[in-house]
Amino acid sequence: MSVVTTTARQDTGGTNTKTLNRIVIYGLLALFALFYLMPLFVMLVTSFKTMDEIQNGNMLSLPRAPTFEPWLKAWGETCVGLTCAGIKGYFWNSIKMVVPAVLISTLLGALNGYVLTKWRFRGHTLVFGLMLFACFIPFQSVLLPMATILGSLGRFGVTLQNATGLTFGLGNPTVNLVFVHVVYGLGFTTLFFRNYYEAFPTELIKAAQVDGASFFQIFRRIMLPNSMPIFVVTVIYQFTNIWNDFLFASAYAGTGDSMPMTVALNNVVNTSTGVVEYNVNMAAAMIAALPTLLVYVLAGRYFVRGLMAGAVKG
Amino acid sequence: MSTVAETSMTLTPEHDSRPSASVRSRLQDALPKIVLAPSFAATIVFVYGFILWTIYLSFTNSKTFPSYAITGPRAYQRLWRWTFESDPPSSWYTSITNMGIFGFLYIFICLALGLFLAILLDQKIRGEGMLRPIYLYPMALSFIVTGVAWKWFLDPGLGLEQTLHQWGWTSFHFDWIKNKDFVIYTVVIAGVWQASGFIMAMFLAGLRGIDGEIMKAAQIDGATTFQLYRRIVIPLLRPVFLSAFIVLAHLAIKSYDLVVALTSGGPGGSAWLPSNFMYEYTFKRNEMAVGSASAVIMLMTITAIIVPYLYSELREKPR
Amino acid sequence: MLRKLLIGTALASGLAFAAHAEDVKEVQMLHWWTSGGEAAALNVLKEDLSKEGYAWKDVPVAGGGGDAAMTALKAMVAAGNYPTASQMLGYTVLDYAAAGVMGDLTETAVKEGWDKSVPVALQKFSVYDGKWVAAPVNVHSVNWLWINKAVMDKIGGTEPKTFDDFVALLDKAKAAGVIPLALGGQNWQEATMFDSVVLSTGGPEFYKKAFNDLDEESLKSDTMKKSFDNLAKLVTYVDPNFSGRDWNLATAMVIKGDALVQVMGDWAKGEFNAAKKAPGTDFLCYRFPGTDGSVIYNSDMFGMFNVPDDRKAAQVALATATLSKSFQSAFNVVKGSVPARTDVPDTDFDACGKKGMADLKAANEGGTLFGSLAQGYGAPPAVANAYKDVVSKFVHGQIKTSDEAVTELVKAIDDAK
Repeated sequence: MSVVTTTARQDTGGTNTKTLNRIVIYGLLALFALFYLMPLFVMLVTSFKTMDEIQNGNMLSLPRAPTFEPWLKAWGETCVGLTCAGIKGYFWNSIKMVVPAVLISTLLGALNGYVLTKWRFRGHTLVFGLMLFACFIPFQSVLLPMATILGSLGRFGVTLQNATGLTFGLGNPTVNLVFVHVVYGLGFTTLFFRNYYEAFPTELIKAAQVDGASFFQIFRRIMLPNSMPIFVVTVIYQFTNIWNDFLFASAYAGTGDSMPMTVALNNVVNTSTGVVEYNVNMAAAMIAALPTLLVYVLAGRYFVRGLMAGAVKG
Repeated sequence: MSTVAETSMTLTPEHDSRPSASVRSRLQDALPKIVLAPSFAATIVFVYGFILWTIYLSFTNSKTFPSYAITGPRAYQRLWRWTFESDPPSSWYTSITNMGIFGFLYIFICLALGLFLAILLDQKIRGEGMLRPIYLYPMALSFIVTGVAWKWFLDPGLGLEQTLHQWGWTSFHFDWIKNKDFVIYTVVIAGVWQASGFIMAMFLAGLRGIDGEIMKAAQIDGATTFQLYRRIVIPLLRPVFLSAFIVLAHLAIKSYDLVVALTSGGPGGSAWLPSNFMYEYTFKRNEMAVGSASAVIMLMTITAIIVPYLYSELREKPR
Repeated sequence: MLRKLLIGTALASGLAFAAHAEDVKEVQMLHWWTSGGEAAALNVLKEDLSKEGYAWKDVPVAGGGGDAAMTALKAMVAAGNYPTASQMLGYTVLDYAAAGVMGDLTETAVKEGWDKSVPVALQKFSVYDGKWVAAPVNVHSVNWLWINKAVMDKIGGTEPKTFDDFVALLDKAKAAGVIPLALGGQNWQEATMFDSVVLSTGGPEFYKKAFNDLDEESLKSDTMKKSFDNLAKLVTYVDPNFSGRDWNLATAMVIKGDALVQVMGDWAKGEFNAAKKAPGTDFLCYRFPGTDGSVIYNSDMFGMFNVPDDRKAAQVALATATLSKSFQSAFNVVKGSVPARTDVPDTDFDACGKKGMADLKAANEGGTLFGSLAQGYGAPPAVANAYKDVVSKFVHGQIKTSDEAVTELVKAIDDAK
């Protein structure tokens, strides 16, 4: 498409106009890049300053004597509650929660999308509509009833343990969080996959069926290998949301053993009474965001390709 | 695409005409529904069940903890009364008027800016791979901390205003974040910063998906670039607009930490959104019935906006 | 099936141990003391307990001055997973006690003599229905002025004894070109200052009737109107950028000498300490003018939950350690507050701390120890927050006159009751 527009411009104007256009376009893009980068710039320069300089200097100026101290402190020394070992230990807590939650919700979303487009039944629209509307429920209002249910499951887990010696993960805070994020992520993952598979050629499936392939065989051999772009989209979306969730994480997994990164970061940043170490806070925030940033940069290309392939088509 | 969807209908189990109805094949027929069932059941219980629970609580006298004795619609009566208390503004009045301002501007600007940037980026830009993550990254950061950076930047004593004063532009004045009538617009600025890049990506993807043949035909007819976008490209992006709208609407109503991190509620509570109201009343003020009632009203408003859209999008389109 | 079992085992292996009758030597503590100084103070307790063989399981949830922690607590209680103890404030303790989820420490309290050493006013919150349900950790007092001494010397000021003195002092500062009053324009800070203004304007009796008993006559009286006038007067001395400022940034203005004075609770002292400033030489602590002899307090308490029997011993150990004289002294020296029992020696405290302890003792004996409405010790949260709304709207101009403010205050409190 871009090729076409460029040709159009060549038709309507001379080389001068074209050069001018390019300058304007690049200028605007750079201007907006500045707008988006500005807070990151503030955070970066702050994280390399000493507290003295932060308190007495301008927040936009470059650090006079750059120091890595805040980064080292955020990584390995700052206090999260009474444990002063930095935020490095909380990566694992977040990862062991985020990875299963993202994979399960994405896989279920893929299956749901597959059923809702290729194995339709009466009322499939209503089912999809109800699942989509679920995206809009305010999480604050599900916090307590969900806690009650998780609590009952936990007690059931104890009963199970007494009877069989196993809890099946019931009552484990990480398992609870995975469960919650899967439940409230289903709406989006189903939306993404449903819209993607809507455009997927049905002829292929029909042919496979004639060859005697079963429901799951078709899914595994035909749908999955062709779903890479939308998988990336969904994984990125879910990863960002679950990684950054604070409400559920703080309410269901507050203890140090399973505390996810957001709760730890919040404990570093949000001090009630006491000195606020802005440089350490900024460094900690960027460390905590590294996995998501990495996912964005690395998967960015697939992201756009995936959206193009169907997620945004109604 | 619509033909594809139509063909898929013939694959549904109802149309399956194999005569043998052994247990195995019946199971095979029911399999799609069995696969979907857990997700659907979870949604019914954990979303719609909890909505019913919230509606129920809004008619009780629940305070710190849920109480299950129905006491009538007092919570709604109070909200209704607060809806009209504009001078001095009640917290509820502030929240809903702010939602109107914020919701409209946030969604509109994100859509406009997202589309604009996507069109610019689509002009065969060198360094697109570098620019895209720059526009996208705000979504990846938790607002707990980016809120602080924005707060500083907008603070007239620390940020932009002071810097420009130091550079000699002393007449420059920008104190919205300190002004009860303008603070909500700073929330819009920070919100747009966070989400517009993501919307840009959605539009960019949409643009890349447009069939080049249509464009060529239009150009042969002598359309200018501007006409090309206005008449052909933007109408073709209609599904993207609607998807982006859903994402933005969902982000807008959940914008809780944005307000808290950036403004701590604003001067005299002037930056509140309904989600702040709901959280404050449910958890901080121990008036769970009022908090629940406000949640119900939020949900009803969303229903009124979203359901017509869902209906028009999902009903079987005339082919 | 086998695969499922394996997954189950894998999940269970990371899990806790079976519930045996043996005592669990562990305390689980929910709190929001996460900044360096606070954490250091609480660490003293952790160390004390570990000496007795109890492990400390930390559950810190910071944010919003305890809001996020209280939300987490509500979810934990709804799930039936009570922590051993939780940092709690005033009426919240009573709410949870009324819901029947608190433990009973009366036996320990009697043995340790808490009812004699803990101020009577505090016992209203730590004792429910005749049972001790919480262990108070400290007493904060909010009617303090924090003054930069260098600035004070420069303008030739002296300790203000009345509200008019205070205004005169602020005028002097203004004339000298410093910001007279450092205020953070967030509703709780404004309301905390207003607590002191009301006590100063109406006297102890009036404060108690209006802000502890919620007596409507007092709330709509001319004295209350005068209090709002006085608040409006004070607000004329703040800088234009005060709105939304965090309290510690306001304190920093005083520390740096940009501003003369801040009206704030004694946790502000922690900021001065952190900046290596000493009371008497670098900064001054006076009672808010016209409130000497009375103390408006708030107190951090450790609410004790009704944990299973095998965890009760650990809970008792925690409560005992919390109210031990040595911990009370060590903790409060670091935190800036004063001990929650009046029989702790003041040797380790600085001048401001010594004064705070003496004031608390006198106020306790003289009946002039009042709960801060802004800090949740004057009335339940619904009322306290309605009050903060009105004060903040008055300060920021949504409410335009003192008459209107009084009307709104009565209405809002009535509505929230």
